[in-house]
Amino acid sequence: MDALTPALPPLFADWFSARGWRLRPHQLECLTSARAGASHLLIAPTGGGKTLAGFLPSLVDLYDEGSTGALATLYVSPLKALAVDVARNVERPITEMGLPIRLEHRTGDTPAHRRQRQKYAPPDMLLTTPEQVALLLTHQDAPKYFGALKSIIVDELHSFHATKRGALLALNLAQLVRLAPSVRLTGLSATVPDPAPLLDYLTPSNNRPRAELIRAEGGAIPRVSVLDSENRIPWSGHSARHALSEVYEAIRAAKMTLLFVNTRSQAEMTFQALWRMNDDNLPIALHHGSLDVEQRRRVEAAMSKGALRAIVCTSTLDLGIDWGDVDLVIQMGAPKGASRLTQRIGRANHRMDEPSSALLVPGNRFEVLECIAAEGAISEGALDGEEARRGPLDVLAQHILAVACSAPFDPDALYEQVRGAAPYGDLARADFDQAIEFAATGGYALRTYERFRRIVKTVEGHYRVRNAHVAQQHRLNAGTIVDAPSFNIRLMSSRARAPGRKLGTTEEWFVEGLAPGDTFLFAGEVLRFEGVSGTDALVTRAPGENPRIPSWNGGKFPLTTYLASRVRKIVHDEDGWSGLPSQLRDWLEIQKRVSIIPGADELLVETFPHNERHFLVCYPFDGRLAHQTLGMLLTRRLERSGVQPLGFVPTEYSLSVWGRRDMSGVDMAALFDEDMLGDDLESWLAESVLMKKTFRDCAVIAGLIDRKHSGERKSGRQVAFSADLIFDVLKEHEPDHLLLKAAWADAAHGYLDIARLQGLLARVKGNLRHAPLTRVSPLAVPVMLEINKETIIGEAQEAMLKEASDALIAEAMRQ
Amino acid sequence: MKAETSEFCVNGERLVALLSGALFWPAKNTLIVSDLHFEKGSNFGARGVLLPPYDTRTTIRRLAVIMAEIKPERVISLGDAFHDRGAEARMDEDDADALAIMTGAAEWVWILGNHDPEPPVRFAGAVAEEMQSGALLFRHEPQPVPQPGEIAGHLHPVARVKAETRLIRRRCFATDGERLVMPAFGAYSGGLNVLDDAFAPIFTRVTCHVLGGTGVYPFTGAALVADPPNAVRIDRAAG
Repeated sequence: MDALTPALPPLFADWFSARGWRLRPHQLECLTSARAGASHLLIAPTGGGKTLAGFLPSLVDLYDEGSTGALATLYVSPLKALAVDVARNVERPITEMGLPIRLEHRTGDTPAHRRQRQKYAPPDMLLTTPEQVALLLTHQDAPKYFGALKSIIVDELHSFHATKRGALLALNLAQLVRLAPSVRLTGLSATVPDPAPLLDYLTPSNNRPRAELIRAEGGAIPRVSVLDSENRIPWSGHSARHALSEVYEAIRAAKMTLLFVNTRSQAEMTFQALWRMNDDNLPIALHHGSLDVEQRRRVEAAMSKGALRAIVCTSTLDLGIDWGDVDLVIQMGAPKGASRLTQRIGRANHRMDEPSSALLVPGNRFEVLECIAAEGAISEGALDGEEARRGPLDVLAQHILAVACSAPFDPDALYEQVRGAAPYGDLARADFDQAIEFAATGGYALRTYERFRRIVKTVEGHYRVRNAHVAQQHRLNAGTIVDAPSFNIRLMSSRARAPGRKLGTTEEWFVEGLAPGDTFLFAGEVLRFEGVSGTDALVTRAPGENPRIPSWNGGKFPLTTYLASRVRKIVHDEDGWSGLPSQLRDWLEIQKRVSIIPGADELLVETFPHNERHFLVCYPFDGRLAHQTLGMLLTRRLERSGVQPLGFVPTEYSLSVWGRRDMSGVDMAALFDEDMLGDDLESWLAESVLMKKTFRDCAVIAGLIDRKHSGERKSGRQVAFSADLIFDVLKEHEPDHLLLKAAWADAAHGYLDIARLQGLLARVKGNLRHAPLTRVSPLAVPVMLEINKETIIGEAQEAMLKEASDALIAEAMRQ
Repeated sequence: MKAETSEFCVNGERLVALLSGALFWPAKNTLIVSDLHFEKGSNFGARGVLLPPYDTRTTIRRLAVIMAEIKPERVISLGDAFHDRGAEARMDEDDADALAIMTGAAEWVWILGNHDPEPPVRFAGAVAEEMQSGALLFRHEPQPVPQPGEIAGHLHPVARVKAETRLIRRRCFATDGERLVMPAFGAYSGGLNVLDDAFAPIFTRVTCHVLGGTGVYPFTGAALVADPPNAVRIDRAAG
């Protein structure tokens, strides 16, 4: 053994050498750092022994000092499945070394009796989720429960530090650090381009030394190739069906394949199609977030036993769950981001010294470009980062009430504590005070609710929760995940009364769109919808029928900024075209002949007539969200200038607007001017359903509306109320209310991609290239094909109401 | 009348459905509103759900706009004007003053409802359980037997209609030409689908004049869609 071993107690050193392992340098660094009581961020590629490195200091500690009967190590994971999986992995060294350590996991699925026991007889190590941490902190005994905590491990930190869940956990970490001042924090993360925001996150108090950065040695660069299909590459769509036989061959040639797709509906389709061509009867399974937990567990178990040859999966398998010897990762459709792709490829070959291999299968021509861009990014080790987000106010309001539920708080001290949490580092005192007032009375200028205050001031000027009922109500509402109402998909049993087996869940709107007799793909089979009973959608099996395919919205990611700029460069760089598949090359050559190839920072705008309508197509390559917002704003402007736009369609790469009048005479520089983000955006948002959706979620998170009021099904005549109506009234009387600010921030960030649009408009200012054409250009074809699939018009609902009604009257009047 | 209205006859009387959810009866220069539910927000506040306490203000403002435009001789409030017995006392003074000005500006009729079985004490107006005027009979709860000329509220009708590929759920006037159920006017009042069982004894063939964003649109028969079973019934204010 080498010189590193003395860092470990002999029992541990023996265990390592019995497995033929040695302590890796980053694992040693973690031990040394922990021994000095320091917090640290460990950045390691998948397969770097990250989990063990995170837990090792705690295991050694507990072995050296023995269990005190109090909670010593808290592990927080963004995924329930990951918490369970890591529990299993850490259990192994504990059992094999016979360590006197009790380890348990706790998630929303943990039975109530066990959760009770975990409260009264805490394990040495608790593996859980951010929501459970928030819940545990609301209890009065939280100071005692967490007071002896020595170590907090936050896993997959890169994946959620910038989300609302990340913001809530950051606030809770600040609270934990107050309860256990000497606790050290460990963050585990995949490779990120900039670790600074994560280091800030792991330093949740301004009085603590900044967390240290520990990097594992880099793994081998993966072998990535883009499938150059012999078949014709489609102009639009994402299914990559044209290449499935080639995909099947790749699966056949590999030992074990993970096949990633971007949406659940695509997972279903791909899985079906593979089975249709599966002449060798290869064991191929399906895994996505709508499937029943049992079903998913069975697939996971089969995979870790090596009983499968391939799994078709969505982002549910993105994070570091380690289930066996995958030697090939296939990405169907565009990868959307270099970091995401690296993460997925990391699923293959969990040994850092061997390169993993991946095959990218683009679904259409633009996706070929995107895949080639991603391939280039990976081979350079380039990554795209997620920007830190300013801490949301609805989450803060929830946290304030939570703190009060546990114990009275001094507002000045809490303000300081909250500002220690990285997302709230620059929180203004006025915003904090507004959040306190919101938690107390709803924060309305009309002070109607003084006597219903939820938190009240004590004589010392501290705040405490008014009574036990308020605390109870808060606990039911804790967390930041607001679920859309969902239905169980359940097989109708042959016996009339007994309920059949549950196959999984799906969103309410999907079930609402089904008529009895409709067929759809789910859990890999064709099902026939029979009817609804309570919260169950009852189905029967309908093998051999042609399914009406579900199109879940979940899992659609926008193209990252970084990858988008690479795609723009590929299009612009004519010298590099020779390296492209020939179909792509021809496509770009013709584009060059009939229109313009834009420079890497130029925006090409084409105008042309087609089918008696006039089109304006532009190509920002900035992702569907930003394009959709741009489309909304452009059509408003065009309407004002009398062009009479009729509709628009955004894709990941381009935006098409059409109208009754020729748009070639429009002043493009004025049309694309940045000032559209001012009044145009405000006035559009004021009417949009989008704000109502984000408002509803914020209202639930902030505790204005109880979860049970917010859309959960209730039998009988439960009185509820509509968040939309509340939104309208609040907007009229208090446009600066905390919840409206929070809803606006959510809309701008998550649905409108305002930051991206801002970047786009700034980039193209003075760089517009307008090409007035007489007919559709090659680059425009993909977006033109999308137009019949979906149409989003400014006041679409209104127009549809009117047209449907007109059609109805016409029908009624016809003899 | 303007484009944002829908006209129809009930029991031979020509009526105009306004976009706001109010009804105008030109022959008698009468404006009818139903289910104002003043102080519904503060009613929830007492139970720890701190809804914005501005619903009364919004409802009064919306009503004031219509009154200024139409200048009716008479206004009929069709019951459930106050969300509960304590509502009148909880009203903000500014709101109460604004309402008092309105009730003094026209001949006002308070039809009593199940939420407000007692007449208001601070506001002017005649009080009645029900009232016959010409061919129309005004009362709060529609009776489950044929009632030609009945104009009622209580049920908060909404229609869910299929418009191309989307389902849109909006408040509506529900009528069969014989009688009418008014939409709720209150700012926090949602509704009950016209295909719900509660409407079955009232209409055999219903036409819904649906309140859109800029117009009132008639729908009937197959264009109407039921709510999914057991879905939350947003403010079924009955009971």
